[in-house]
Amino acid sequence: MRMKLIGQMHVLVVEMEEELDHHIAQNVREIIDKELKRTNAINLVFDFRNLSFMDSSGIGVIIGRYKIVKILGGSVIIVSPQPQVRRIIEMAGIHKIIKITNTLDNALKMV
Amino acid sequence: MDNMMKLEFLNKSNNERFARTVAAAFATILDPTLEELSEIKTAVSEAVTNAIIHGYEDSTGMVCLEGRIDGRTIEFIVSDRGKGIEDITQAMQPLFTGKPEMERSGMGFTIMETFMDSIEVESVLGGGTTVKMSKTLKDR
Repeated sequence: MRMKLIGQMHVLVVEMEEELDHHIAQNVREIIDKELKRTNAINLVFDFRNLSFMDSSGIGVIIGRYKIVKILGGSVIIVSPQPQVRRIIEMAGIHKIIKITNTLDNALKMV
Repeated sequence: MDNMMKLEFLNKSNNERFARTVAAAFATILDPTLEELSEIKTAVSEAVTNAIIHGYEDSTGMVCLEGRIDGRTIEFIVSDRGKGIEDITQAMQPLFTGKPEMERSGMGFTIMETFMDSIEVESVLGGGTTVKMSKTLKDR
């Protein structure tokens, strides 16, 4: 996982790699929450281009962060989920509350 | 039965990836489509994660993953010898979670039901839980 801050837009971009399961989720949650506090970012972009697998643990991570960011007055955007990840997202109905787009550039225009 | 395998591992969360990778590798014997393979991998990941999170609470125990192949049908059995489920019907309801504080989504059984053709859950309080699920792959 890599993170970058786009300061003038208060956006934290989280690039997820490989697989997001329960084992990984525990760490990811803590790191993102700490980084949101530290940077005063209010928007969160999940870049899923390089995420090849996600199970229901990922749903918890996304919805949990959505709740936090919503309180801060920002938004969450998902970039480029691969087919398996997209299916889990749609099964959970996440696409109804969180925008999904193809590129990071688009995502940054949407926040 | 044409083939079978059995794997036992400690209830550590870093074994989740190991277990679903083994399940997917076992399934490749049937030359599945990419979609079928990712469905199997996801369903097994959910069952194994449940066993690891809920099976033994904070104590240590073994989780067992069995795979069986019969024709184009593949079956996986995930079992633990942990505390068991008190109310299986409730546990299988979409969005029900026994661990909301861990941000568990309660979608595990829904994913298993959607991605596999059939799922059976047996549980004995204090004796453990067994999840059996099967899927018949498309002819290739």
